[in-house]
Amino acid sequence: MRHLMSPLDFSRDELEQLMDLADDIKNHPEAYSEKCHGKKLATCFYEPSTRTRLSFEAAMLNLGGSVLGFSSADSSSAAKGESVSDTIRVISSYADICAMRHPKEGAPLVASQRSLIPVINAGDGGHQHPTQTLTDLFTIRSLRGEIKELTIGLCGDLKFGRTVHSLINALVRYPGIKFVLISPEELRVPEYIREDVLEKNGYEYKEVDSLDDVMGELDILYMTRVQRERFFNEEDYIRLKDFFILTPEKMRLAKKDMMVLHPLPRVNEISVDVDDDPRAMYFTQAKYGVYIRMALILTLLELV
Amino acid sequence: MLNISGIHEGFVLDHIKAGESMTIYNDLHLANLGCDCTVAMIMNAKSNKMGRKDIIKIECPIERVDLDILGFIDHNITCNIIKDDAIVEKRQLTLPKEIKNVISCKNPRCISTVEQGLDQVFILTDEENEIYRCKYCEEKYTGQK
Repeated sequence: MRHLMSPLDFSRDELEQLMDLADDIKNHPEAYSEKCHGKKLATCFYEPSTRTRLSFEAAMLNLGGSVLGFSSADSSSAAKGESVSDTIRVISSYADICAMRHPKEGAPLVASQRSLIPVINAGDGGHQHPTQTLTDLFTIRSLRGEIKELTIGLCGDLKFGRTVHSLINALVRYPGIKFVLISPEELRVPEYIREDVLEKNGYEYKEVDSLDDVMGELDILYMTRVQRERFFNEEDYIRLKDFFILTPEKMRLAKKDMMVLHPLPRVNEISVDVDDDPRAMYFTQAKYGVYIRMALILTLLELV
Repeated sequence: MLNISGIHEGFVLDHIKAGESMTIYNDLHLANLGCDCTVAMIMNAKSNKMGRKDIIKIECPIERVDLDILGFIDHNITCNIIKDDAIVEKRQLTLPKEIKNVISCKNPRCISTVEQGLDQVFILTDEENEIYRCKYCEEKYTGQK
């Protein structure tokens, strides 16, 4: 039995197979509409999420399975003080696979140690968000043809932004990737990403605090939201939340075939005026997230 | 110097930094060895090499103590293994690949700060720079060894 805790749980070949499967699902959805008939997905979400939870639920429903779960800690036994280990042991008797989001880092890993069913990390605090990474990789591969020789700008909250950490971890396995890390000083990527992932693997990167200066170099601009829930101090959040806003004026500095991605939800870091720009791919990205989650569910349930 | 008689089977941990022996006593869980075992701690002894040092002598079956953690605490400690009144091995201390329930994660966002009964586990991620990270949240351990 396999779980998914980090994008690195899959080898590069396995990731390619997963994306091939997602591609086939995208092109022939009818062939997969009953693959999970009789199977149940438990969505255990200890903190609010719309997109990721609904994306998982849509994926399971598209496969002919059913879903059950909770969408906040308040509506689960966690409010009564139940441990993650106990919760997953119980959920293991109710469902065939579990997607778990938790504000505490490492909670899905703890669950996987006790679980009798595959556990998918659907986001753990500021740590990892592997299915978003799978979505990002699948989007890049689908829209660019392959993942190589790209300059990728990661912009916004790179300190607490788990999607960024997971994406960097995954991209360092592809050739010719250059990273441009765009953030205010206070929100730079954690040391372990710089030291253990980028420097250790000899990847080229630079850290800047101006989006305008690097816009023309980028093949992909990955925007992120400054997340209020990751700050202990409200003043810091207010000071940093509007540091970068992508506008049509900034887009004029970019390459004609650059792609703008965003894990969503967006607050105001991308002006709505950018949405009609053909390079704005974040809504397509959200759609692709369902295909890759369908492929993941099938793979972990060993139904392919 | 105060003399402690030799031991038949067990360990002599020498060249411990002065004042550290109690910490090692706790980290090796020597209080739980069993009533047939004897532990002697010599603290603040004179040392040509270190000025002052601590020494721990443990009389017990050698399989009863897991010395892996010593490598994490201080790999300069000399560890002599005694059997039949003679030194049979001078163990070279190395960094353990995993440390369980000796240090704890300081990241307030880590699940290990709230989950009941969860082992505190740290993994050696960079041997050269002696870096350990929490198994759950990957936060680097930066506390005192």
